[in-house]
Amino acid sequence: MRHLIDNRDLTVSETDALLNLADAIIANPRDYQDACAYKTIATLFYEPSTRTRLSFEAAMLELGGRTLGFASQDTSSASKGESVADTIRVVSSYADIIAMRHPKEGAPVIAAKYAGVPIINAGDGGHNHPTQTLTDLLTIRREVGRLSDLTVGLCGDLKFGRTVHSLVGAMVRYRQVHFVMISPNELKAPDYVLELIDRQAGCSYEICTSMEDAMDRLDILYMTRVQRERFFNEADYVRLKDSFILDAAKLHGAKPEMIVMHPLPRVNEIAVNVDGTPFAKYFEQARYGKYIRMALILGLLNLSGGAGIL
Amino acid sequence: MKIDEIQNGIVLDHIKAGRGMRVYHTLRLDTLDCTVAIIKNVKSEKMGKKDIIKVDEAIDIDLDALGFIDPNITINIIRDGELVEKRCLCAPERLVNVIRCKNPRCITSSEQEIDQIFLLRDAEKLTYRCIYCEAAYRGKES
Ligand SMILES: [Zn+2]
Repeated sequence: MRHLIDNRDLTVSETDALLNLADAIIANPRDYQDACAYKTIATLFYEPSTRTRLSFEAAMLELGGRTLGFASQDTSSASKGESVADTIRVVSSYADIIAMRHPKEGAPVIAAKYAGVPIINAGDGGHNHPTQTLTDLLTIRREVGRLSDLTVGLCGDLKFGRTVHSLVGAMVRYRQVHFVMISPNELKAPDYVLELIDRQAGCSYEICTSMEDAMDRLDILYMTRVQRERFFNEADYVRLKDSFILDAAKLHGAKPEMIVMHPLPRVNEIAVNVDGTPFAKYFEQARYGKYIRMALILGLLNLSGGAGIL
Repeated sequence: MKIDEIQNGIVLDHIKAGRGMRVYHTLRLDTLDCTVAIIKNVKSEKMGKKDIIKVDEAIDIDLDALGFIDPNITINIIRDGELVEKRCLCAPERLVNVIRCKNPRCITSSEQEIDQIFLLRDAEKLTYRCIYCEAAYRGKES
């Protein structure tokens, strides 16, 4: 029995197999509409994340399965002090697979130890969120057509933005990726992320403080939120935030086939006038999130097109 | 200073100077009834200065805990006044309930009964990572 706690749990060929299965589901969704008949996913969300929870539930429903679970800690037995281990042992007898989100780092490691069914980490604090990374990979492969030989701009909070750290970790495995790190000095990518890139032959990075300087070279512009609370003072935040807000005017000079991604929800880092441009792919990205989760559920349950891929 | 030679017991040698007390506390030698001597700043050809601990009883030593603090310590086992065994340490691959994760966002901070497990990531730098949150800990300098 396999779990998905961290993207490093999957080899490159397993990751590719999941992406291929997602492609197959997108091409022929009807072939999979009963693949999980009589199967149940439990979505155990110890902290609310409506978007991610709905994505797992939509994935299971489209596979013909059922869902149960809780949406926040106060509606769960954990508020009565039950341990993760106990909750998971009980839920394992009600569901065939569990997607779990927890505010504490490493909670899914405990869950996997006690579970009788596969566990999917749907986010553990700011630590890992492997289905977000799989979603990003699927979006890039479908919208750009490849995962190697790319110039990827990462923009915004590169210091605390774990989405970006995990994406870098996944993409360096595909070779020939050049990253352009666009962030205020205060929110630079940590050394361990830069080392991940340095260690991989063929991968490289540059550090840049203005997105306009890099725009014409990018194949992908991955935007993340710059949060007010990350700054020591309001003045710094106001001074810097506009440099890391994307609007339609800044896209002037971009390659026509460049795509703009964002893990959502956005606040104001992408102006709404970008939504109507052909660059905007962040809503497609959310849609791909459902398909990759369908592929993952099939893979972990060893069903239909997912049989034998993990 | 004269410290009696021990008949049956253990001598922890080549402890890095200044680290003797930490070894003493980690191995909970304060809970023993027998004679325990901590000798600090002993001249050593190899190390310049070193600490030595002598325990006048054949106790079991937590080798993992000791290896985490200082893998260069040598353990001499004395029986009937003779050195019968000399053990060298190495950095343990896995530490279970030897150190605690200090990351307040780690699941171990809210679920106290979970085993505190760390895996060796870099033997040269003696770096360990929490298996839950991956927070890093250094054995030697910490
Ligand atoms: Zn930890």
